[in-house]
Amino acid sequence: MSQPVIQLQQLGKHYTIHEREAGTMAAVRSLFKRRQRVVKAVDGIDLTLNPGEVVGFLGANGAGKTTTLKMLSGLLHPTIGQAQVLGFQPWKREREFLANITLVMGQRNQLVWDIPAADSFELNRVIFRIPPRQYRETLDELVELLDLAELIRKPVRNLSLGERMKCEIAGALLHRPQVLFLDEPTLGLDVTAQRRIRRFIAEYNRRHQATVLLTSHYMADVEALCERVVIIDHGKILFDGDLAALVKRFSPHKTITVELAAGRQDLSAYGEVIEVSGAHVSLRVPQAETPEVAGRLLADLPITDLTVADPPIEAIIDEIFIRGASNDFSA
Amino acid sequence: MTSLPKARSRTISRLSMSPLVLAQVYRAFFQISFAIQLQYRASMIIWLLGIILRPVIYLVVWSTVARSTGGSVGGFTPEDFAAYYIIFMVVDHLTFTWIMWEYDYRIRMGDFSVMLLRPIHPVHGDIADNIAYKLLTLVILLPVVALLIWLFTPVFQMEWWAVLTFIPALGLSFLGRFLLGWTLAMLAFWTTRIAALNESFFVLELFFAGRLAPLAIMPVFLQSAANLLPFKWLVAFPVELLQGLLTPREALFGLGMQLFWLGIILVMMRLIWQAGIRRYAAFGG
Repeated sequence: MSQPVIQLQQLGKHYTIHEREAGTMAAVRSLFKRRQRVVKAVDGIDLTLNPGEVVGFLGANGAGKTTTLKMLSGLLHPTIGQAQVLGFQPWKREREFLANITLVMGQRNQLVWDIPAADSFELNRVIFRIPPRQYRETLDELVELLDLAELIRKPVRNLSLGERMKCEIAGALLHRPQVLFLDEPTLGLDVTAQRRIRRFIAEYNRRHQATVLLTSHYMADVEALCERVVIIDHGKILFDGDLAALVKRFSPHKTITVELAAGRQDLSAYGEVIEVSGAHVSLRVPQAETPEVAGRLLADLPITDLTVADPPIEAIIDEIFIRGASNDFSA
Repeated sequence: MTSLPKARSRTISRLSMSPLVLAQVYRAFFQISFAIQLQYRASMIIWLLGIILRPVIYLVVWSTVARSTGGSVGGFTPEDFAAYYIIFMVVDHLTFTWIMWEYDYRIRMGDFSVMLLRPIHPVHGDIADNIAYKLLTLVILLPVVALLIWLFTPVFQMEWWAVLTFIPALGLSFLGRFLLGWTLAMLAFWTTRIAALNESFFVLELFFAGRLAPLAIMPVFLQSAANLLPFKWLVAFPVELLQGLLTPREALFGLGMQLFWLGIILVMMRLIWQAGIRRYAAFGG
């Protein structure tokens, strides 16, 4: 097997924060004695990504996602542990390293606000020393994939959020990085723009065999792009595996929805009724009993339609966070 | 726990910064800075007004004092003051820096992260931005100089060797002041009260750079102190040189002092930079 692209061992980032109570006396006291508390934003994580993988990095706000991405892209020095990205220690910020990675943050701008994106792109061409031919090819490709032709000549401040984000992503990929750290790249965008960016990331990954570590609050992003997900909570990794296994492991239930020919009927004998709308009834059933319950429903009742589904991924993630917080991991 | 395989050996890459590459990078930065600054013409002019007005005020005050005390102060006639402050204005304009007012914002707003992701030291973009502003505003500054010469009839005693030496002296002043400003600006990594620090810095400059008065007419203890600080060498020295107040020997010594301070500033900048980016890590977010 080829060398991993990203390898973390017990990587951690701890912050010392000073805290004090509200009020004047507390403010005065804090002049003399400051109470310190260590916050473990990232608390010893192990992670390996192989070339070409697209991995969804999930967690609640403050779980440590962005801190991890910042360590991996060289913005933060870790407190403990080791990390290698493309064989480099990120926080040394060697040029060769920086020229082969990118970090896109949904809320940050690298494009200069007052001038057209094309001018910022030109600056990147020189700074990253992109050979002219490769630059033209890459730019044409990005313009085509992201539909930028109309946008890159307008001052960035005149673009909509979605248009700007597309330009940001293009600017971040001009040097054809092998490793992409994407922190909420679709944040605040409408559904069409989200879909476009999602398709683009998939296409970029396919064309250039790039390795992608992506955070997003939109499960649609994750489902569309990532076979593998890593879940982080309170700085620790809760789960690392493929999406299907996640569903299986953390969702011991399935949802059976039936359409009754005879109209409304009480089905609580078959499972927990979670939704009734007209002739449609949804039941929550333990995974192991699903085939048996479905069989009984079909045998007992005049049914026109029956579907079995996993609960939505959002619901599963929610459940993981709730259970994660209480450290209940019997599953 | 096994340790990770050793980082791969480094080859000389296409990213090494040869002077030619650096020149291209600067050209690209210039283009961006010109484009941006041309969009902010009004604020550009307002800044320039300050640069022009302050020396003119000192010039008027000192000329008046000279006339009322029998024609000169410490050997400076009104015409000498005129020459001194007109040159001062040009030198100050070409070498001043405002980076310390922006750095703090840059750190808090996360713009700094964007800079750190580029395979080039952020100082280059800032130097280019500063020079772009200077070049654009020179178009206004030069007619102003002509006007002031006509109004205040300065006496210049320029000698050819002094004019020649002035050019590297001005370059060293620019670099020294810029990098000192950049170093000072990095204190924003440690404190949010950077404005207070900046103000103290400008008070020092007021006295020791020859801004309030030519150092030659200052009390002796202030002159001695000025010799030991960088401000005189980075500001007053090129002014005095061009005005013809220095001997060739003093000029050479001054260039030496400029190089000496530039060296110190570079070392300081490097140390603070390394500590600063570590410190930056502490902001998280």
